Amino acid sequence: MLEIKEQPAAPAGPEPAAFEGWKAKDLLDTDTLSTANIETIMETAEAMREVRARPVGKVATLRGATVATLFYEQSTRTRASFEVAAKALGADVVNLSASGSSVEKGESLIDTVRTLEAIGTGVIVIRHKSSGAPYLAAANTSASIINGGDGTHAHPTQALLDLFTMRRHVGSLQGRKVVIVGDILHSRVARSNVWTLLASGARVVLAGPPTLLPRTLALSGELGGCEVTADFDDAIAGADVVMALRIQKERQEGGLIPSLREYIRGYQLNATRLKRANPGALVMHPGPMNEGIEIAPDVAHGLASVIEEQVANGVAVRMAVLYLIVTGRAP
Amino acid sequence: MSESLLIRGGRVIDPSAGLDGELDILVRNGTVETIAPAIEPGTARLIDARGCIVAPGFVDLHTHLREPGFEHKGTIASETRAALRGGFTTVCAMPNTEPPPDSATAVEALLERIAQDAAVRVLPIGCVTRGRNGRELAELGELAAAGCIAFSDDGSPVADGRLMRNALQYAAALGLPLSEHCDDPVLSAGGTMNEGRISERLGLSGQPAAAEVAAIARNTALCEATGARLHIAHITTERGLALVAEARQRGLPISCEVTPSHLFLTEEAVFGDGPAPAYDTNAKVNPPLRTAADRAALSSGVNAGIIDAIATDHAPHAIQDKLCEFDQAAFGISCIETALSTVVSLALRGELDLIRAIGALTIGPVRAFGIDRRVPGAGTLAPGRAGDITVFDPAARWQAGPGTLVSKGKNTPLLGRELPGRVRAVVLRGELAHLEEPAHA
Amino acid sequence: MSGNGEALLGAQEIARVVRRLAHEVVENNRGAANLVLVGLLTRGYPLAVRIAQAIQEFESVSVPVGRLDVALHRDDVGRRPAPVRPSDIPVSIDGATVVLVDEVLFTGRTVRAALDALMDFGRPARVRLAVLVDRGHRELPIRPDFVGKNIPTALYQSVKVRLAEVDGEDGVYVMGEEAAHA
Repeated sequence: MLEIKEQPAAPAGPEPAAFEGWKAKDLLDTDTLSTANIETIMETAEAMREVRARPVGKVATLRGATVATLFYEQSTRTRASFEVAAKALGADVVNLSASGSSVEKGESLIDTVRTLEAIGTGVIVIRHKSSGAPYLAAANTSASIINGGDGTHAHPTQALLDLFTMRRHVGSLQGRKVVIVGDILHSRVARSNVWTLLASGARVVLAGPPTLLPRTLALSGELGGCEVTADFDDAIAGADVVMALRIQKERQEGGLIPSLREYIRGYQLNATRLKRANPGALVMHPGPMNEGIEIAPDVAHGLASVIEEQVANGVAVRMAVLYLIVTGRAP
Repeated sequence: MSESLLIRGGRVIDPSAGLDGELDILVRNGTVETIAPAIEPGTARLIDARGCIVAPGFVDLHTHLREPGFEHKGTIASETRAALRGGFTTVCAMPNTEPPPDSATAVEALLERIAQDAAVRVLPIGCVTRGRNGRELAELGELAAAGCIAFSDDGSPVADGRLMRNALQYAAALGLPLSEHCDDPVLSAGGTMNEGRISERLGLSGQPAAAEVAAIARNTALCEATGARLHIAHITTERGLALVAEARQRGLPISCEVTPSHLFLTEEAVFGDGPAPAYDTNAKVNPPLRTAADRAALSSGVNAGIIDAIATDHAPHAIQDKLCEFDQAAFGISCIETALSTVVSLALRGELDLIRAIGALTIGPVRAFGIDRRVPGAGTLAPGRAGDITVFDPAARWQAGPGTLVSKGKNTPLLGRELPGRVRAVVLRGELAHLEEPAHA
Repeated sequence: MSGNGEALLGAQEIARVVRRLAHEVVENNRGAANLVLVGLLTRGYPLAVRIAQAIQEFESVSVPVGRLDVALHRDDVGRRPAPVRPSDIPVSIDGATVVLVDEVLFTGRTVRAALDALMDFGRPARVRLAVLVDRGHRELPIRPDFVGKNIPTALYQSVKVRLAEVDGEDGVYVMGEEAAHA
């Protein structure tokens, strides 16, 4: 039996006026995506979400295409999400990790990527500890590169699935207040979210300890009207969305936070703080969570939390990105 | 007996003598014989310098020749030829080689190789500490006796303040300058570019300007305490430059240099010109390219004479050292061949005073390191002396690229960019060492 | 329509054709029981809705209507970019008689893709095909069960169906060469 959808599908309006598909070879970050690009991804992801809800949550659209996941860093959800997404579109998937491959023998990123290209891989998803590594790969292969998270730089598909999740609950983000709290400076999630949120007209506030904020960048005006503050209690007031980021315990050893206890006191997303946000405000987290540190367990699993939905939507959004990139590379 | 040369019809600029005019130069017997208008050529070989500037041969206080130890990046032969093409007749070789020149034996071996292979005059800089390890002093007296022109640990700042003070005391006694990369290595740890807007945008770890400023402040205090000649290598910050200016005003024996890269480029070069970031590893250099405000201050520093020298920090690298992830890439820019062009560009834009800039390529560095004691007349066109002359056409344009650069290192963020200023002829020790006819001739 | 001649079918004719199609569907099915109309996006869906309305009028039975997007099942994926939109079939099609509804039947490739897509939703007892216009030139062994109007065309021509729900007016047009290449 088919479930009855919670939202009626949109009426069959006119086709998107000028659907020109996807022109870009790669998806390296959200910073160069136009509003139209973002809309295309969101609309396509909506369709992919419907595909996932079918009794057979899988199509054969990309049969014959090979997608590689090349992960130089540990990851559970991003890699699994890409793999499920590629398989749901009928693509073949090759998984490579830094350990247990030629990378361990000192093969360079460029050589690895070219090898994958030579065996017929059309799309390579790269997770790398070095900021900018996917750009290096993209410039040196004709395969499409999707950035699956690079160092402390960008994580475009996470930002897109976050936006998708927000839009499903909040609708248009125009004028809505989105607060991201945590180690903003070292967060690829925050950075990529800033670009999609600004393009969507949201009011973005980045909150975190003073040592973990991109102050110079914010002051330069390059982040648009994005605000930066060390006062989370102030920032969360009137928020429509609150996203907590994972805090790396190494930040304490680096002297960037005095102690986890103090971090929790100032920056944990908990029920008391959430009351200061707008009623019905969404609670988000890119995972994996340190429950009890950056987010209180009751909030992480509370009614306002869409954290699990983020993971589910991740598959639909990654299907959309894979579909657009593969079909956009028409000969 | 070498052939006589007549460099005719150029604009002769020698800041050491306040000389600037359309003059001919007659070179005979290994030295400049006459500088005068309309000299009769006689039997001398004519070098047509019309439209060109004729200056003393350039002097570089900061060159990485890479030999011994890193011959895949560059050799004494390849990099001194690149220097010649760039208009440099004297280069000071930095000691970050393997083995480093931290003993008299090592320096003697180096001088032997130089005598065999070098296309320009090379003056070695000795290490401050053994193996540039920052822990024990090298035998500075031995190094001086072996022929070192200065001391430096190059890219490894002498972090230990007490050791630095001891080194400066020795340097003072030996009458040689100590060239220091001023950086607080703890503040800069892990940094791959300037800390600021672009590093935060790109998710790269940064080196704060304060790391240089703090080190300059400490070293200035030690300079004052010891009376040694402190040379600040590749200064990059507006605030650091202000400290130098203040110290000099108080009469401290401090000199400083700036690289053409820091005069010409900012941290933006890492991002590149496009809408998406380039992560250009060729713009990765230590100390890092800084902000537009810093860059402007550095030009002003040259124009005001606070900066003594434009020194290249020429750092050739092999392709694989740069064609990799940004944080894995080597620091350094190959720039000894583009140095003049960047200076000419800035002069054409009105940012650099041409006479001051030529001074910073000639007599400025000579005075900073006391090179004239070793090479009388270096950095000048003084008759009867060194006989080093560089002739360049400031209007000629060219493109830096793998095909046009002689250096083994093609690692420059200026790759593919069209630049003004081309060296046409170089006279070294009174002999024509390089001649490039204009394409249309 | 922008300067490409007269409408072959106007609003009134389309309304008549839809009513006839509705009658044929019910007659063929011997009533409206167990019937599901599935319109292909974009213009097959409003046609399916209209047919369902007609059935409601003369049979007083509400026939469920679904919409189907075939982009993910096309056989020319990667040759031309196509938007993907959510499909929505509000009831189970297991054991049902599904009538696929589209505006123009041409090569048959879209219908092939639609059959493929439909099977993702269940196992209908039978599938029928209703089209407003059959312009010929089939490339696959597919034939319609219910045809509003046969319009013989040349390959270089194209047939445009405009529907008020999507385009603001009703009309069927045959367009010339230039339009076909537009």
